[in-house]
Amino acid sequence: MKICVLVKEVPDAAVEKRIDPSTGRMDRSGERNLNPYDTHAIEAAMQVREGGEVEVDEIVAVTMGPSSAVRALHKAVSLGADRSVHLSDDALAGSDVVATGYALAKLLERESPDLVLLGQQSDDGECYTIGAVVADHLQMPSLTQVIKMDVTPGTLRCERQAEYGYDTVEIALPAVISVGDAINEPRYPSLKAIMGAKKKPLDAVGIGDVGLEAERVGEAGSKVACGDFKPPPQKAAGEIIEDEDTNETVAKIIAWLDERKLLA
Amino acid sequence: MSGILVFALHYEGAFNKNSLGGVSEAAKLAEQLGCEAHAVVIGDVSDELAATLGNYGATKVFRAKDVPEGLAQPVVDVMAKVMGDNGHDYALFGGGLLGFEIGAGLAARLNAGVTMEVTHVNVADGKLTAERPIHGDSSISTSHYKDRGIIIGRLNAFEIAAPSDAAAVVEDVDVQLSEFSTRATMVTRGEQRGEDIDIESADILVAGGRGLGKPEGFELCEALAEALGGAVAATRAVVDAGWYPYSTQIGQTGKTVSPKLYLAAGISGAIQHKVGFQSAENIVAINKDSNAPIFEYSDLGIVGDLNKILPKLTEAVKVRKGS
Ligand SMILES: Cc1cc2nc3c(=O)[nH]c(=O)nc-3n(C[C@H](O)[C@H](O)[C@H](O)COP(=O)(O)OP(=O)(O)OC[C@H]3O[C@@H](n4cnc5c(N)ncnc54)[C@H](O)[C@@H]3O)c2cc1C
Ligand SMILES: Nc1ncnc2c1ncn2[C@@H]1O[C@H](COP(=O)(O)O)[C@@H](O)[C@H]1O
Repeated sequence: MKICVLVKEVPDAAVEKRIDPSTGRMDRSGERNLNPYDTHAIEAAMQVREGGEVEVDEIVAVTMGPSSAVRALHKAVSLGADRSVHLSDDALAGSDVVATGYALAKLLERESPDLVLLGQQSDDGECYTIGAVVADHLQMPSLTQVIKMDVTPGTLRCERQAEYGYDTVEIALPAVISVGDAINEPRYPSLKAIMGAKKKPLDAVGIGDVGLEAERVGEAGSKVACGDFKPPPQKAAGEIIEDEDTNETVAKIIAWLDERKLLA
Repeated sequence: MSGILVFALHYEGAFNKNSLGGVSEAAKLAEQLGCEAHAVVIGDVSDELAATLGNYGATKVFRAKDVPEGLAQPVVDVMAKVMGDNGHDYALFGGGLLGFEIGAGLAARLNAGVTMEVTHVNVADGKLTAERPIHGDSSISTSHYKDRGIIIGRLNAFEIAAPSDAAAVVEDVDVQLSEFSTRATMVTRGEQRGEDIDIESADILVAGGRGLGKPEGFELCEALAEALGGAVAATRAVVDAGWYPYSTQIGQTGKTVSPKLYLAAGISGAIQHKVGFQSAENIVAINKDSNAPIFEYSDLGIVGDLNKILPKLTEAVKVRKGS
């Protein structure tokens, strides 16, 4: 069985996020890192391999993004992927969700995976939908927000929370699954794995290599244009208390609640 | 003919409130565009129930009876066919989870534009544009569709209209499902994990998250809630982990509440949680990380360790209330 894990490079959460007002695109400067939600997808792949129910031949980390995204791939490899694939091309800049999912699907077709895993959301895009787009192009069954996944040869038994409670769904492989962050506790990479990550095979490809239609990607190929950025309606800033002396803090909270008649 | 097609989710004989909001919103927009709002229902929906979508402004309901419920991809097949046959320009979904999966799959199928977490839809030059907060709600972006557009609402973004007594015409459609859509099957749906606790009627909620550290951490919240005369709520993170019952979960795939006081302890304040309680009158947050998103929208924020603060706060509340 071959597992592909889709990973993305995102701005470090500790660093402020901003949109470049002139282009409407995300400002990609500043510290960047592997999307933290994707580490759960890599860990899920590792647990399938270690679980022994099925034979896992390969775990491949796959990304689409600018040249800096190799760092996310190195991190993914240090967490357990055997090799990685990087789709990078100027023609992809400004791709919307549908164009990104299409390009990733084309990239995945070359790999013919039995299982594609994704994170629950990207820290910057916050769409939680790339998986559904990829699955439709690959014509594979799919489920998102999966927090338990039991693998047997040919099938997956997945659990996830939806609108009305927890659902258990049986899915035939090949499939596209995005995992929720409660599925596992990702391991930390060993120093050896971090050092070795750069030596593992990394396949860098452009849009010509994956046979995708150039007119379906990039800003021109996207079906939605984002713009007119504006600040949200301002809410009066709340009061902040730094807890130094807890008795004093508590007295302040009590006074605040009292003022609003919440202790009646 | 153009038009807006809304997916109406139903469960145990009732439509989802967010779907009714979606139908209401679509009807309002259709009127401005000079077209009609239609709905799609799948599975076991009676004529009577389907027709009630007319109360919220849908003029027609397409019903695909033999389609499995609770999974997204079969609905993509249905909606792609209905939109293809009837020329709808837009598809719209109320907030939740299935709508995200269906909307994205449909966008891929139709090569259409899609926007999720939409909070406002506007009509401009005979077209729809969709507003979506981005970057932890620090900015709002507007989507312009080049062609067909798919709009996936944020939870509770679309208000339910006052129902009229208009009935929608119900039309059965026959749809051949894609082979891959039949490769997922629902084994059990809507399992309620943990006790059934009523938190919706409470005026005061003390909510706990992953910052409680362990299941027993909830005892701190329970003690404070008892002193305040309220109930205890939770985030998805702790419900998924099995620390607290699903019935107490607030947010996108949980409950929506608007108590007088929402006191959140050890909760980062993710948007999917926020959407379930943002209309609370007073929001108090206790978090040890001064950068936690919840401080952006709390009325009172305490930067500190909940393990130190909660027990003392509980004692102080008891003293103040003389109990
Ligand atoms: C499609 C979808 C639907 C979702 N639906 C929901 C939903 O319905 N409801 C929901 O809640 N979430 C939902 N989520 C998940 C949501 O995105 C967050 O992951 C979740 O709300 C985080 O829960 P949390 O705040 O408990 O945990 P975390 O985000 O891990 O936050 C824990 C916080 O505790 C603080 N902390 C740690 N220790 C202490 C201490 N000693 N004292 C004080 N503070 C401390 C930390 O600083 C941190 O901010 C959904 C996500 C997706 C993608
Ligand atoms: N450019 C990308 N390259 C590879 N994987 C991606 C990319 N964008 C998103 N993903 C995957 O899709 C998941 C959900 O992202 P999103 O739909 O943007 O919230 C992420 O956790 C990743 O696994």
